[in-house]
Amino acid sequence: MGRTLFCGAVIDREQVNHVARLARLRLTDEQAEQMAAELSKVLDHIEKMGELDLADVAPTSHVVELENVLREDEARPSWPRDRMLAEAPDADAEGFRVPSPGS
Amino acid sequence: MEVASARQYEPVIGLEIHVQLATDTKMFCGCELSFGLDPNTRTCPVCLGHPGVLPVPNRRAIEFGLMIGLALGCEIAPRSIFHRKNYFYPDNPKAFQISQYDVPLCSGGELAGVRVHRAHLEEDAAKLVHAGESGRIHGAEASVVDFNRAGTPLVEIVTEPDIHSAAEAAEWARLLRETLRALGVSDVNMDEGSLRVDGNVSIRPAGEATLGVKTELKNMNSFRFLERGLDAEIARQEGILREGGQVEQETLHFDNRTGALSSLRSKEEAHDYRYFPEPDLVPIAPTEAMIEMARAAIPELPLARAERFERDHDLPADSARLLAFRGEQGDFFEAALAVSPSDPRTLANYVVNDVPPGSAATPEAVAKLVDLIGAGTVSRGAAKEVLEVLAAEGGDPEQIVADRGLGAAGGDELGAIVDQAIAENAGAVEKIREGKDQAIGAIVGAVMRQTKGRADGGEVQKLIRERIGA
Repeated sequence: MGRTLFCGAVIDREQVNHVARLARLRLTDEQAEQMAAELSKVLDHIEKMGELDLADVAPTSHVVELENVLREDEARPSWPRDRMLAEAPDADAEGFRVPSPGS
Repeated sequence: MEVASARQYEPVIGLEIHVQLATDTKMFCGCELSFGLDPNTRTCPVCLGHPGVLPVPNRRAIEFGLMIGLALGCEIAPRSIFHRKNYFYPDNPKAFQISQYDVPLCSGGELAGVRVHRAHLEEDAAKLVHAGESGRIHGAEASVVDFNRAGTPLVEIVTEPDIHSAAEAAEWARLLRETLRALGVSDVNMDEGSLRVDGNVSIRPAGEATLGVKTELKNMNSFRFLERGLDAEIARQEGILREGGQVEQETLHFDNRTGALSSLRSKEEAHDYRYFPEPDLVPIAPTEAMIEMARAAIPELPLARAERFERDHDLPADSARLLAFRGEQGDFFEAALAVSPSDPRTLANYVVNDVPPGSAATPEAVAKLVDLIGAGTVSRGAAKEVLEVLAAEGGDPEQIVADRGLGAAGGDELGAIVDQAIAENAGAVEKIREGKDQAIGAIVGAVMRQTKGRADGGEVQKLIRERIGA
Protein backbone atom coordinates (compact mmCIF):
# COMPACT_ATOMS: atom_id res chain seq x y z
CA MET A 1 0.00 0.00 0.00
CA GLY A 2 1.09 3.56 -0.50
CA ARG A 3 3.43 2.46 -3.26
CA THR A 4 2.44 3.65 -6.69
CA LEU A 5 2.96 0.98 -9.25
CA PHE A 6 1.86 3.07 -12.17
CA CYS A 7 4.81 5.43 -12.38
CA GLY A 8 5.49 5.35 -16.09
CA ALA A 9 4.93 1.62 -15.96
CA VAL A 10 8.48 0.98 -14.94
CA ILE A 11 9.11 -1.52 -12.21
CA ASP A 12 12.63 -1.46 -10.91
CA ARG A 13 14.56 -4.25 -9.31
CA GLU A 14 14.06 -2.82 -5.86
CA GLN A 15 10.30 -3.11 -6.22
CA VAL A 16 10.60 -6.64 -7.56
CA ASN A 17 12.76 -7.63 -4.62
CA HIS A 18 10.33 -6.02 -2.20
CA VAL A 19 7.37 -7.95 -3.60
CA ALA A 20 9.46 -11.12 -3.73
CA ARG A 21 10.37 -10.71 -0.08
CA LEU A 22 6.70 -10.28 0.87
CA ALA A 23 5.86 -13.44 -1.08
CA ARG A 24 8.81 -15.29 0.47
CA LEU A 25 10.40 -15.84 -2.96
CA ARG A 26 14.15 -15.92 -3.40
CA LEU A 27 15.17 -14.49 -6.76
CA THR A 28 18.58 -14.43 -8.33
CA ASP A 29 19.78 -11.11 -9.75
CA GLU A 30 19.02 -12.34 -13.25
CA GLN A 31 15.53 -13.42 -12.26
CA ALA A 32 14.85 -10.08 -10.60
CA GLU A 33 16.05 -8.30 -13.72
CA GLN A 34 13.84 -10.46 -15.89
CA MET A 35 10.80 -9.99 -13.62
CA ALA A 36 11.29 -6.23 -13.61
CA ALA A 37 11.14 -6.19 -17.38
CA GLU A 38 8.18 -8.56 -17.60
CA LEU A 39 6.14 -6.85 -14.91
CA SER A 40 6.80 -3.50 -16.55
CA LYS A 41 5.31 -4.88 -19.73
CA VAL A 42 2.24 -6.10 -17.85
CA LEU A 43 1.79 -2.65 -16.40
CA ASP A 44 2.23 -1.11 -19.85
CA HIS A 45 -0.68 -3.20 -20.95
CA ILE A 46 -2.81 -2.13 -18.00
CA GLU A 47 -1.89 1.47 -18.63
CA LYS A 48 -3.23 1.10 -22.12
CA MET A 49 -6.67 0.60 -20.60
CA GLY A 50 -6.32 4.07 -19.14
CA GLU A 51 -6.90 5.39 -22.65
CA LEU A 52 -10.50 4.16 -22.49
CA ASP A 53 -13.24 6.31 -21.03
CA LEU A 54 -14.42 4.15 -18.13
CA ALA A 55 -16.07 6.89 -16.08
CA ASP A 56 -19.43 5.09 -16.14
CA VAL A 57 -18.09 1.61 -15.53
CA ALA A 58 -18.12 0.30 -11.97
CA PRO A 59 -14.86 -1.30 -10.83
CA THR A 60 -14.99 -5.03 -11.39
CA SER A 61 -14.15 -7.08 -8.32
CA HIS A 62 -15.63 -10.31 -9.62
CA VAL A 63 -16.15 -11.75 -13.04
CA VAL A 64 -19.25 -13.79 -12.26
CA GLU A 65 -22.54 -12.02 -11.69
CA LEU A 66 -23.50 -13.76 -8.50
CA GLU A 67 -24.35 -12.33 -5.10
CA ASN A 68 -25.18 -13.67 -1.63
CA VAL A 69 -24.00 -17.22 -2.13
CA LEU A 70 -24.33 -18.34 1.47
CA ARG A 71 -24.57 -21.54 3.45
CA GLU A 72 -26.77 -22.29 6.43
CA ASP A 73 -25.13 -22.34 9.85
CA GLU A 74 -25.23 -26.11 10.09
CA ALA A 75 -22.36 -28.19 11.35
CA ARG A 76 -20.74 -30.80 9.18
CA PRO A 77 -18.34 -33.41 10.50
CA SER A 78 -14.78 -32.17 10.67
CA TRP A 79 -12.01 -34.30 9.25
CA PRO A 80 -10.17 -36.83 11.41
CA ARG A 81 -7.18 -35.24 13.06
CA ASP A 82 -4.78 -37.99 12.03
CA ARG A 83 -5.84 -37.57 8.44
CA MET A 84 -5.20 -33.83 8.50
CA LEU A 85 -1.93 -34.07 10.43
CA ALA A 86 -0.69 -36.62 7.91
CA GLU A 87 -0.57 -33.81 5.33
CA ALA A 88 1.82 -31.76 7.42
CA PRO A 89 5.57 -31.68 6.89
CA ASP A 90 5.96 -31.86 10.67
CA ALA A 91 3.46 -32.77 13.38
CA ASP A 92 3.18 -34.19 16.85
CA ALA A 93 0.24 -36.28 18.06
CA GLU A 94 -2.06 -33.30 18.44
CA GLY A 95 -0.87 -30.49 16.25
CA PHE A 96 1.12 -29.03 13.42
CA ARG A 97 4.69 -28.31 14.41
CA VAL A 98 6.20 -25.11 13.05
CA PRO A 99 9.40 -23.24 13.67
CA SER A 100 8.64 -20.73 16.39
CA PRO A 101 7.97 -17.40 14.72
CA GLY A 102 10.02 -15.58 17.33
CA SER A 103 13.17 -17.71 17.21
CA MET B 1 8.32 30.11 25.26
CA GLU B 2 6.16 27.39 26.69
CA VAL B 3 7.96 24.91 28.87
CA ALA B 4 7.29 21.36 27.75
CA SER B 5 7.11 19.99 31.27
CA ALA B 6 4.30 22.37 32.23
CA ARG B 7 2.21 21.51 29.21
CA GLN B 8 -1.12 19.74 29.60
CA TYR B 9 -1.67 16.79 27.31
CA GLU B 10 -4.92 15.36 26.04
CA PRO B 11 -5.09 11.64 25.26
CA VAL B 12 -6.82 10.62 22.05
CA ILE B 13 -8.03 7.02 22.01
CA GLY B 14 -9.71 4.86 19.42
CA LEU B 15 -10.67 1.25 20.02
CA GLU B 16 -10.62 -1.83 17.80
CA ILE B 17 -12.79 -4.62 19.05
CA HIS B 18 -12.77 -8.16 17.72
CA VAL B 19 -15.96 -10.03 18.46
CA GLN B 20 -16.22 -13.79 17.96
CA LEU B 21 -19.69 -14.51 16.70
CA ALA B 22 -21.78 -17.12 18.49
CA THR B 23 -22.63 -19.11 15.41
CA ASP B 24 -22.63 -22.90 15.45
CA THR B 25 -20.07 -23.20 12.69
CA LYS B 26 -17.07 -21.40 11.24
CA MET B 27 -17.20 -18.44 8.87
CA PHE B 28 -16.48 -20.29 5.63
CA CYS B 29 -16.87 -24.00 6.39
CA GLY B 30 -19.13 -26.32 8.34
CA CYS B 31 -16.66 -27.13 11.14
CA GLU B 32 -18.24 -26.64 14.54
CA LEU B 33 -17.01 -23.80 16.75
CA SER B 34 -15.39 -25.02 19.91
CA PHE B 35 -13.56 -23.78 22.93
CA GLY B 36 -11.27 -25.97 24.99
CA LEU B 37 -11.64 -29.09 22.84
CA ASP B 38 -8.68 -31.28 21.93
CA PRO B 39 -6.42 -29.45 19.49
CA ASN B 40 -7.16 -29.83 15.78
CA THR B 41 -10.35 -31.83 16.18
CA ARG B 42 -12.47 -29.21 14.38
CA THR B 43 -10.71 -28.74 11.06
CA CYS B 44 -11.27 -29.51 7.40
CA PRO B 45 -9.53 -28.73 4.12
CA VAL B 46 -11.27 -25.32 3.95
CA CYS B 47 -10.14 -23.95 7.32
CA LEU B 48 -6.71 -25.54 6.85
CA GLY B 49 -6.35 -23.70 3.57
CA HIS B 50 -5.81 -26.67 1.30
CA PRO B 51 -5.51 -25.88 -2.40
CA GLY B 52 -8.68 -25.96 -4.48
CA VAL B 53 -11.21 -25.60 -1.68
CA LEU B 54 -14.13 -23.20 -1.91
CA PRO B 55 -15.11 -21.09 1.11
CA VAL B 56 -18.83 -20.27 1.48
CA PRO B 57 -19.95 -17.60 3.98
CA ASN B 58 -22.11 -18.53 6.94
CA ARG B 59 -25.55 -16.93 6.57
CA ARG B 60 -26.01 -16.43 10.29
CA ALA B 61 -22.62 -14.69 10.57
CA ILE B 62 -23.78 -12.21 7.93
CA GLU B 63 -27.03 -11.76 9.85
CA PHE B 64 -25.14 -11.13 13.10
CA GLY B 65 -22.93 -8.64 11.27
CA LEU B 66 -26.01 -6.81 10.06
CA MET B 67 -27.50 -6.80 13.56
CA ILE B 68 -24.33 -5.31 15.00
CA GLY B 69 -24.21 -2.67 12.28
CA LEU B 70 -27.85 -1.70 12.74
CA ALA B 71 -27.54 -1.64 16.54
CA LEU B 72 -24.60 0.75 16.20
CA GLY B 73 -26.50 2.96 13.80
CA CYS B 74 -24.22 2.11 10.87
CA GLU B 75 -25.01 2.32 7.23
CA ILE B 76 -25.19 -1.08 5.57
CA ALA B 77 -23.22 -1.32 2.35
CA PRO B 78 -25.51 -2.18 -0.58
CA ARG B 79 -22.76 -4.39 -1.94
CA SER B 80 -19.92 -5.47 0.27
CA ILE B 81 -16.95 -7.61 -0.75
CA PHE B 82 -14.30 -9.73 0.92
CA HIS B 83 -10.58 -9.15 0.48
CA ARG B 84 -7.51 -11.22 1.06
CA LYS B 85 -5.14 -9.70 3.60
CA ASN B 86 -1.82 -11.29 2.85
CA TYR B 87 0.75 -12.15 5.49
CA PHE B 88 2.96 -15.05 6.42
CA TYR B 89 2.51 -16.33 9.92
CA PRO B 90 1.93 -19.86 11.14
CA ASP B 91 -1.44 -18.97 12.66
CA ASN B 92 -2.79 -18.70 9.14
CA PRO B 93 -2.23 -21.61 6.75
CA LYS B 94 -3.46 -19.80 3.63
CA ALA B 95 -0.92 -16.99 4.09
CA PHE B 96 -3.86 -14.62 3.93
CA GLN B 97 -6.80 -13.80 6.13
CA ILE B 98 -10.20 -13.32 4.53
CA SER B 99 -11.31 -9.92 5.72
CA GLN B 100 -12.97 -6.82 4.35
CA TYR B 101 -11.13 -3.79 3.13
CA ASP B 102 -12.57 -0.83 1.27
CA VAL B 103 -16.22 -1.90 1.29
CA PRO B 104 -17.01 -3.14 4.79
CA LEU B 105 -20.47 -4.47 5.58
CA CYS B 106 -21.19 -1.61 8.00
CA SER B 107 -19.78 1.90 8.30
CA GLY B 108 -20.37 5.23 9.96
CA GLY B 109 -22.28 4.54 13.19
CA GLU B 110 -22.34 5.90 16.70
CA LEU B 111 -22.79 4.59 20.23
CA ALA B 112 -23.06 6.87 23.26
CA GLY B 113 -21.18 9.74 21.68
CA VAL B 114 -18.36 7.65 20.18
CA ARG B 115 -18.47 7.38 16.42
CA VAL B 116 -18.07 3.96 14.87
CA HIS B 117 -15.86 4.09 11.81
CA ARG B 118 -16.72 0.64 10.52
CA ALA B 119 -17.72 -2.89 11.41
CA HIS B 120 -16.60 -5.65 9.08
CA LEU B 121 -16.57 -9.42 8.86
CA GLU B 122 -13.47 -11.57 8.90
CA GLU B 123 -12.12 -14.90 10.11
CA ASP B 124 -10.11 -15.63 13.23
CA ALA B 125 -6.61 -17.09 13.11
CA ALA B 126 -5.39 -20.35 14.62
CA LYS B 127 -3.83 -20.58 18.04
CA LEU B 128 -0.12 -21.03 18.46
CA VAL B 129 0.99 -23.08 21.41
CA HIS B 130 4.64 -22.45 22.15
CA ALA B 131 6.97 -25.02 23.52
CA GLY B 132 8.05 -23.80 26.92
CA GLU B 133 4.81 -21.84 27.02
CA SER B 134 5.52 -18.49 28.60
CA GLY B 135 2.62 -16.66 27.07
CA ARG B 136 5.03 -14.74 24.89
CA ILE B 137 6.26 -15.34 21.41
CA HIS B 138 9.92 -14.65 22.02
CA GLY B 139 12.17 -17.36 23.27
CA ALA B 140 10.24 -20.48 22.34
CA GLU B 141 11.99 -22.73 19.82
CA ALA B 142 9.16 -24.71 18.34
CA SER B 143 5.46 -24.08 18.26
CA VAL B 144 2.45 -26.26 17.68
CA VAL B 145 -0.54 -24.88 15.83
CA ASP B 146 -4.12 -25.65 16.89
CA PHE B 147 -6.52 -24.83 14.09
CA ASN B 148 -9.78 -25.30 16.02
CA ARG B 149 -10.15 -21.52 16.25
CA ALA B 150 -9.05 -20.86 12.67
CA GLY B 151 -11.97 -19.60 10.63
CA THR B 152 -14.17 -18.58 13.56
CA PRO B 153 -16.37 -15.71 12.38
CA LEU B 154 -15.30 -12.33 13.70
CA VAL B 155 -16.72 -8.87 13.47
CA GLU B 156 -14.12 -6.18 13.86
CA ILE B 157 -15.51 -2.88 15.14
CA VAL B 158 -13.32 0.20 14.75
CA THR B 159 -14.17 3.47 16.47
CA GLU B 160 -13.11 6.96 15.55
CA PRO B 161 -10.57 8.50 17.97
CA ASP B 162 -13.34 10.09 20.04
CA ILE B 163 -12.32 8.89 23.49
CA HIS B 164 -10.22 11.05 25.78
CA SER B 165 -9.39 9.02 28.87
CA ALA B 166 -8.64 5.44 29.81
CA ALA B 167 -11.64 5.35 32.15
CA GLU B 168 -13.92 6.56 29.38
CA ALA B 169 -12.52 3.88 27.06
CA ALA B 170 -13.24 1.13 29.59
CA GLU B 171 -16.74 2.44 30.25
CA TRP B 172 -17.52 2.62 26.54
CA ALA B 173 -16.14 -0.86 25.94
CA ARG B 174 -18.41 -2.11 28.75
CA LEU B 175 -21.40 -0.54 27.07
CA LEU B 176 -20.41 -2.10 23.76
CA ARG B 177 -20.07 -5.51 25.40
CA GLU B 178 -23.52 -5.22 26.99
CA THR B 179 -24.93 -4.14 23.65
CA LEU B 180 -23.40 -7.19 21.96
CA ARG B 181 -24.58 -9.43 24.80
CA ALA B 182 -28.11 -8.09 24.46
CA LEU B 183 -27.96 -8.75 20.72
CA GLY B 184 -27.01 -12.35 21.46
CA VAL B 185 -24.42 -12.33 18.70
CA SER B 186 -21.44 -13.29 20.88
CA ASP B 187 -20.48 -14.84 24.22
CA VAL B 188 -18.50 -11.62 24.84
CA ASN B 189 -16.25 -13.52 27.20
CA MET B 190 -12.96 -11.65 27.48
CA ASP B 191 -11.20 -14.46 29.36
CA GLU B 192 -11.87 -16.88 26.54
CA GLY B 193 -11.05 -14.30 23.90
CA SER B 194 -14.50 -14.00 22.38
CA LEU B 195 -14.20 -10.24 22.94
CA ARG B 196 -10.79 -8.68 22.36
CA VAL B 197 -10.07 -5.00 22.69
CA ASP B 198 -7.06 -3.19 21.25
CA GLY B 199 -6.46 0.48 21.85
CA ASN B 200 -4.91 3.10 19.60
CA VAL B 201 -3.44 5.85 21.73
CA SER B 202 -1.81 9.18 21.04
CA ILE B 203 -1.53 12.34 23.05
CA ARG B 204 -1.39 15.97 22.00
CA PRO B 205 -1.04 19.30 23.75
CA ALA B 206 -4.48 20.18 25.10
CA GLY B 207 -6.41 22.32 22.69
CA GLU B 208 -4.51 21.27 19.60
CA ALA B 209 -6.35 19.73 16.68
CA THR B 210 -3.60 17.68 15.02
CA LEU B 211 -3.16 14.13 16.23
CA GLY B 212 0.08 12.89 17.72
CA VAL B 213 1.88 9.69 16.73
CA LYS B 214 -0.17 6.70 17.87
CA THR B 215 0.74 3.36 19.29
CA GLU B 216 -1.40 0.25 19.34
CA LEU B 217 -1.95 -1.63 22.57
CA LYS B 218 -2.82 -5.30 22.49
CA ASN B 219 -3.71 -8.05 24.93
CA MET B 220 -5.88 -6.21 27.40
CA ASN B 221 -8.21 -9.05 28.32
CA SER B 222 -10.36 -7.31 30.90
CA PHE B 223 -11.82 -3.83 31.24
CA ARG B 224 -9.65 -3.21 34.28
CA PHE B 225 -6.52 -4.11 32.30
CA LEU B 226 -7.75 -2.04 29.38
CA GLU B 227 -7.93 0.99 31.64
CA ARG B 228 -4.59 0.24 33.30
CA GLY B 229 -2.87 -0.44 29.99
CA LEU B 230 -4.13 2.76 28.41
CA ASP B 231 -3.19 4.78 31.48
CA ALA B 232 0.31 3.28 31.45
CA GLU B 233 0.72 4.08 27.76
CA ILE B 234 -0.58 7.65 28.15
CA ALA B 235 1.91 8.16 30.98
CA ARG B 236 4.74 6.66 28.90
CA GLN B 237 4.00 8.94 25.95
CA GLU B 238 3.79 11.98 28.22
CA GLY B 239 7.15 11.11 29.70
CA ILE B 240 8.72 10.91 26.24
CA LEU B 241 7.25 14.22 25.08
CA ARG B 242 8.14 16.05 28.29
CA GLU B 243 11.75 15.04 27.82
CA GLY B 244 11.64 16.41 24.30
CA GLY B 245 11.52 12.99 22.63
CA GLN B 246 9.27 11.59 19.97
CA VAL B 247 6.76 8.78 20.26
CA GLU B 248 7.49 5.96 17.86
CA GLN B 249 4.65 4.26 16.01
CA GLU B 250 4.61 0.67 17.22
CA THR B 251 2.50 -2.14 18.59
CA LEU B 252 2.80 -2.75 22.29
CA HIS B 253 1.99 -5.74 24.44
CA PHE B 254 0.59 -5.02 27.89
CA ASP B 255 1.64 -7.45 30.60
CA ASN B 256 -1.34 -7.86 32.90
CA ARG B 257 0.74 -9.07 35.80
CA THR B 258 3.55 -6.54 35.85
CA GLY B 259 1.77 -3.66 34.15
CA ALA B 260 4.76 -3.36 31.79
CA LEU B 261 4.53 -2.42 28.13
CA SER B 262 6.81 -4.04 25.60
CA SER B 263 7.20 -3.71 21.86
CA LEU B 264 5.85 -6.57 19.72
CA ARG B 265 7.61 -7.59 16.57
CA SER B 266 5.37 -6.84 13.63
CA LYS B 267 3.83 -9.66 11.62
CA GLU B 268 4.90 -8.21 8.32
CA GLU B 269 7.38 -5.59 7.31
CA ALA B 270 5.65 -2.22 7.10
CA HIS B 271 2.25 -3.96 7.22
CA ASP B 272 2.25 -4.35 3.48
CA TYR B 273 -0.80 -6.59 3.32
CA ARG B 274 -1.39 -6.34 -0.44
CA TYR B 275 -5.17 -6.53 -0.10
CA PHE B 276 -7.01 -7.72 -3.15
CA PRO B 277 -10.61 -8.88 -3.73
CA GLU B 278 -11.16 -12.50 -2.67
CA PRO B 279 -11.97 -14.17 -5.98
CA ASP B 280 -13.60 -17.21 -4.34
CA LEU B 281 -16.31 -15.22 -2.56
CA VAL B 282 -19.02 -13.31 -4.37
CA PRO B 283 -20.29 -9.98 -3.02
CA ILE B 284 -22.71 -9.72 -0.13
CA ALA B 285 -25.61 -7.51 -1.19
CA PRO B 286 -27.98 -7.44 1.78
CA THR B 287 -31.54 -7.58 0.52
CA GLU B 288 -34.39 -5.65 2.09
CA ALA B 289 -35.59 -8.93 3.58
CA MET B 290 -32.17 -9.70 5.12
CA ILE B 291 -31.96 -6.23 6.66
CA GLU B 292 -35.51 -6.35 8.00
CA MET B 293 -34.89 -9.76 9.51
CA ALA B 294 -31.78 -8.47 11.25
CA ARG B 295 -33.60 -5.37 12.45
CA ALA B 296 -36.48 -7.43 13.84
CA ALA B 297 -34.02 -9.60 15.78
CA ILE B 298 -32.63 -6.62 17.72
CA PRO B 299 -34.00 -6.57 21.28
CA GLU B 300 -34.01 -3.61 23.67
CA LEU B 301 -30.41 -2.39 23.93
CA PRO B 302 -28.67 -1.13 27.07
CA LEU B 303 -28.92 2.56 26.17
CA ALA B 304 -32.66 2.26 25.59
CA ARG B 305 -32.95 0.17 28.75
CA ALA B 306 -31.25 2.92 30.79
CA GLU B 307 -33.69 5.46 29.38
CA ARG B 308 -36.60 3.21 30.25
CA PHE B 309 -35.36 2.69 33.84
CA GLU B 310 -35.04 6.44 34.20
CA ARG B 311 -38.43 7.18 32.67
CA ASP B 312 -40.62 4.36 33.97
CA HIS B 313 -39.08 3.75 37.37
CA ASP B 314 -37.94 7.27 38.17
CA LEU B 315 -34.34 6.18 38.73
CA PRO B 316 -31.49 8.71 38.82
CA ALA B 317 -29.61 8.65 35.50
CA ASP B 318 -26.50 7.20 37.18
CA SER B 319 -28.23 4.16 38.68
CA ALA B 320 -30.25 3.64 35.51
CA ARG B 321 -27.05 3.45 33.44
CA LEU B 322 -25.19 1.34 36.00
CA LEU B 323 -27.99 -1.21 35.94
CA ALA B 324 -28.58 -1.17 32.19
CA PHE B 325 -24.88 -1.27 31.25
CA ARG B 326 -24.28 -4.25 33.50
CA GLY B 327 -26.91 -6.51 32.06
CA GLU B 328 -26.81 -9.08 34.84
CA GLN B 329 -27.60 -6.42 37.43
CA GLY B 330 -30.28 -4.96 35.19
CA ASP B 331 -31.91 -8.40 35.00
CA PHE B 332 -31.63 -8.79 38.79
CA PHE B 333 -33.27 -5.39 39.26
CA GLU B 334 -36.13 -6.20 36.92
CA ALA B 335 -36.71 -9.61 38.48
CA ALA B 336 -36.87 -8.03 41.95
CA LEU B 337 -39.04 -5.18 40.70
CA ALA B 338 -41.56 -7.70 39.40
CA VAL B 339 -41.94 -8.97 42.98
CA SER B 340 -41.89 -5.57 44.70
CA PRO B 341 -42.68 -2.61 42.45
CA SER B 342 -43.30 -0.13 45.27
CA ASP B 343 -39.88 1.48 45.72
CA PRO B 344 -37.67 1.15 42.62
CA ARG B 345 -35.13 3.71 43.83
CA THR B 346 -34.30 1.84 47.01
CA LEU B 347 -34.27 -1.42 45.10
CA ALA B 348 -31.93 0.00 42.44
CA ASN B 349 -29.68 1.39 45.12
CA TYR B 350 -29.37 -2.03 46.77
CA VAL B 351 -28.78 -3.86 43.49
CA VAL B 352 -26.07 -1.38 42.46
CA ASN B 353 -24.31 -1.15 45.83
CA ASP B 354 -25.07 -4.12 48.02
CA VAL B 355 -25.64 -7.31 46.07
CA PRO B 356 -22.84 -7.66 43.52
CA PRO B 357 -23.29 -10.16 40.68
CA GLY B 358 -22.55 -13.63 41.96
CA SER B 359 -23.62 -12.85 45.53
CA ALA B 360 -25.89 -15.27 47.35
CA ALA B 361 -28.87 -12.90 47.35
CA THR B 362 -31.84 -13.68 45.13
CA PRO B 363 -34.00 -10.99 43.49
CA GLU B 364 -36.98 -12.27 45.51
CA ALA B 365 -35.14 -11.82 48.82
CA VAL B 366 -34.01 -8.28 48.04
CA ALA B 367 -37.54 -7.42 46.89
CA LYS B 368 -38.95 -8.79 50.13
CA LEU B 369 -36.50 -6.69 52.13
CA VAL B 370 -37.67 -3.56 50.33
CA ASP B 371 -41.24 -4.50 51.23
CA LEU B 372 -40.23 -4.92 54.89
CA ILE B 373 -38.77 -1.41 54.84
CA GLY B 374 -41.92 -0.08 53.21
CA ALA B 375 -44.04 -1.69 55.92
CA GLY B 376 -41.87 -0.17 58.65
CA THR B 377 -40.82 -3.60 59.87
CA VAL B 378 -37.12 -2.91 59.24
CA SER B 379 -35.32 0.42 59.32
CA ARG B 380 -33.06 1.46 56.44
CA GLY B 381 -30.07 1.23 58.75
CA ALA B 382 -30.85 -2.32 59.81
CA ALA B 383 -31.63 -3.23 56.19
CA LYS B 384 -27.94 -2.69 55.37
CA GLU B 385 -27.06 -5.44 57.82
CA VAL B 386 -29.69 -7.74 56.34
CA LEU B 387 -28.21 -7.05 52.88
CA GLU B 388 -24.75 -8.07 54.07
CA VAL B 389 -26.13 -11.37 55.27
CA LEU B 390 -28.13 -11.84 52.07
CA ALA B 391 -25.08 -11.14 49.91
CA ALA B 392 -22.82 -13.48 51.88
CA GLU B 393 -25.16 -16.32 52.78
CA GLY B 394 -28.46 -15.78 51.05
CA GLY B 395 -31.62 -16.68 52.91
CA ASP B 396 -34.92 -15.10 53.75
CA PRO B 397 -34.86 -11.48 54.97
CA GLU B 398 -37.72 -11.97 57.42
CA GLN B 399 -35.90 -14.88 59.02
CA ILE B 400 -32.64 -12.92 59.15
CA VAL B 401 -34.44 -10.03 60.87
CA ALA B 402 -35.99 -12.38 63.42
CA ASP B 403 -32.77 -14.34 64.06
CA ARG B 404 -30.63 -11.28 64.59
CA GLY B 405 -33.12 -9.07 66.37
CA LEU B 406 -32.99 -6.48 63.62
CA GLY B 407 -36.70 -5.63 63.71
CA ALA B 408 -37.45 -1.93 63.77
CA ALA B 409 -37.51 -0.36 67.18
CA GLY B 410 -40.96 1.10 67.67
CA GLY B 411 -43.81 1.59 70.11
CA ASP B 412 -43.00 1.81 73.79
CA GLU B 413 -39.43 0.63 73.34
CA LEU B 414 -38.62 3.45 70.91
CA GLY B 415 -40.63 5.98 72.97
CA ALA B 416 -38.55 5.23 76.06
CA ILE B 417 -35.29 5.52 74.14
CA VAL B 418 -36.37 8.86 72.65
CA ASP B 419 -37.34 10.16 76.09
CA GLN B 420 -33.95 9.20 77.43
CA ALA B 421 -32.13 10.83 74.53
CA ILE B 422 -34.07 14.07 75.03
CA ALA B 423 -33.22 14.06 78.71
CA GLU B 424 -29.53 13.57 77.99
CA ASN B 425 -29.39 16.30 75.33
CA ALA B 426 -30.95 19.29 77.04
CA GLY B 427 -28.63 21.66 75.16
CA ALA B 428 -29.84 20.39 71.82
CA VAL B 429 -33.47 20.70 72.92
CA GLU B 430 -32.81 24.32 73.85
CA LYS B 431 -31.28 25.04 70.42
CA ILE B 432 -34.21 23.46 68.57
CA ARG B 433 -36.64 25.59 70.52
CA GLU B 434 -34.54 28.64 69.53
CA GLY B 435 -35.11 27.65 65.90
CA LYS B 436 -31.77 25.92 65.23
CA ASP B 437 -33.47 22.95 63.73
CA GLN B 438 -30.33 21.08 62.72
CA ALA B 439 -29.60 20.47 66.39
CA ILE B 440 -32.14 17.66 66.24
CA GLY B 441 -29.39 15.58 64.62
CA ALA B 442 -27.67 15.11 67.97
CA ILE B 443 -30.78 13.59 69.51
CA VAL B 444 -31.55 11.42 66.48
CA GLY B 445 -27.94 10.24 66.57
CA ALA B 446 -28.26 9.26 70.21
CA VAL B 447 -31.41 7.25 69.48
CA MET B 448 -29.73 5.53 66.54
CA ARG B 449 -26.73 4.57 68.66
CA GLN B 450 -28.99 3.20 71.33
CA THR B 451 -31.06 1.16 68.82
CA LYS B 452 -28.02 0.22 66.75
CA GLY B 453 -29.69 1.67 63.68
CA ARG B 454 -32.91 -0.29 64.05
CA ALA B 455 -35.07 2.84 64.20
CA ASP B 456 -36.45 4.75 61.25
CA GLY B 457 -34.89 8.23 61.09
CA GLY B 458 -38.11 9.96 60.01
CA GLU B 459 -40.10 8.24 62.74
CA VAL B 460 -37.52 9.24 65.38
CA GLN B 461 -37.60 12.89 64.28
CA LYS B 462 -41.39 12.88 64.47
CA LEU B 463 -41.34 11.45 68.00
CA ILE B 464 -38.75 13.99 69.18
CA ARG B 465 -40.75 16.91 67.80
CA GLU B 466 -43.97 15.66 69.38
CA ARG B 467 -42.30 15.32 72.74
CA ILE B 468 -40.54 18.67 72.90
CA GLY B 469 -43.42 20.43 71.17
CA ALA B 470 -41.27 21.91 68.43
